Amino acid sequence: MINKLWGILILFGSVHLICLGKYELLNEQILKSGKTAFEMCIQLFPLISLWLGIMSIAKKSGLLKRISKILEPILVYIFPDIPKGHEAFGYISSNLIANMFGLGNAATPFGIKAMESMNSINKNKKVASRSMITFLLMNTAGVTLVPTTIISLRLMHGSNNPSIVILPCLVISFLSLVCALIIDRLFALR
Amino acid sequence: MSSLLIPIFVLSIIFYGYYKKIDVYSSFVDGAKEGIVMTKNMFPPLLAMIFAVNIFSKSGVINYLLFFLKPLFEVLNIPFEILPIAILRPLSGSFGLGLLNDIYLKYGVDSFISVLSSVVQGSTDTTIYIITLYFGTLGIKKIRYALWVGLIADFIMVLLSILLVPLLT
Repeated sequence: MINKLWGILILFGSVHLICLGKYELLNEQILKSGKTAFEMCIQLFPLISLWLGIMSIAKKSGLLKRISKILEPILVYIFPDIPKGHEAFGYISSNLIANMFGLGNAATPFGIKAMESMNSINKNKKVASRSMITFLLMNTAGVTLVPTTIISLRLMHGSNNPSIVILPCLVISFLSLVCALIIDRLFALR
Repeated sequence: MSSLLIPIFVLSIIFYGYYKKIDVYSSFVDGAKEGIVMTKNMFPPLLAMIFAVNIFSKSGVINYLLFFLKPLFEVLNIPFEILPIAILRPLSGSFGLGLLNDIYLKYGVDSFISVLSSVVQGSTDTTIYIITLYFGTLGIKKIRYALWVGLIADFIMVLLSILLVPLLT
């Protein structure tokens, strides 16, 4: 799937640029992507390490288990394949909490830890399990409490009401999350 | 107030560790060590995806798709201007933000189009990026129906925005 998408994106993009004669732009895109990816990793690296360190304290002290107890009663319905009391619920809860409070850079390492933990109970380690896909959707359709980047962009443009987007974003991201979970269930039980 | 959120979060975890009498310092160092491996595993899939998405989004090939979809949007009385952002949002967050900036400049930040586009940009995360980051880092080869459901959810989000933004603002 990703294999095909990758090829399609490159084929359409590069053929179009070549037909337009924009060789320079294509050249630039090819050579620049390494730098962009590297800078992204360099920016993420210290934050990921920091949050994994903090998370490790929460895990050893038993706080992670307590956090997961708050959301586990709801999460067992969303993730029926994960055994009750499994460590994955702790990571899933922390990822969701971090996302809700807009701690994006903490949500990423917690999310990857959650995926690792779910993969440990996965039969085939190279194939995404049903729970892993459900968790992925909870992140892509993620519920945004406050879309901070957009509000600051609106402020920058001198908006009279920069926070007008908060309510619609909250309602719409919540509704699309619910729809995503329903569609996911239909696909999983197919 | 919100700038106190992270300190409260971090400090309460650290001092809960001391309260439980665990070796807080070693736990932190052990956990932080994993950051190197995680970032190292993250780089190759991220590079691959940024490479393809950059070529695609900068090429302008999307304009052909827009050309064919325009009549449909006019028939349905949906503002056509949100289409580029709706299509490119699942591929690239920063590209979506760039388009949003252009829309603000062109139509004014408080216009209906601008608010609608803001909601489309703000109500989802970049589907391709999350798949790359979460599945790529772990070395998952088969993602099954993940991409489909992700894109269907994004499509539903755009429809809901068109329907609900006039009611909610």
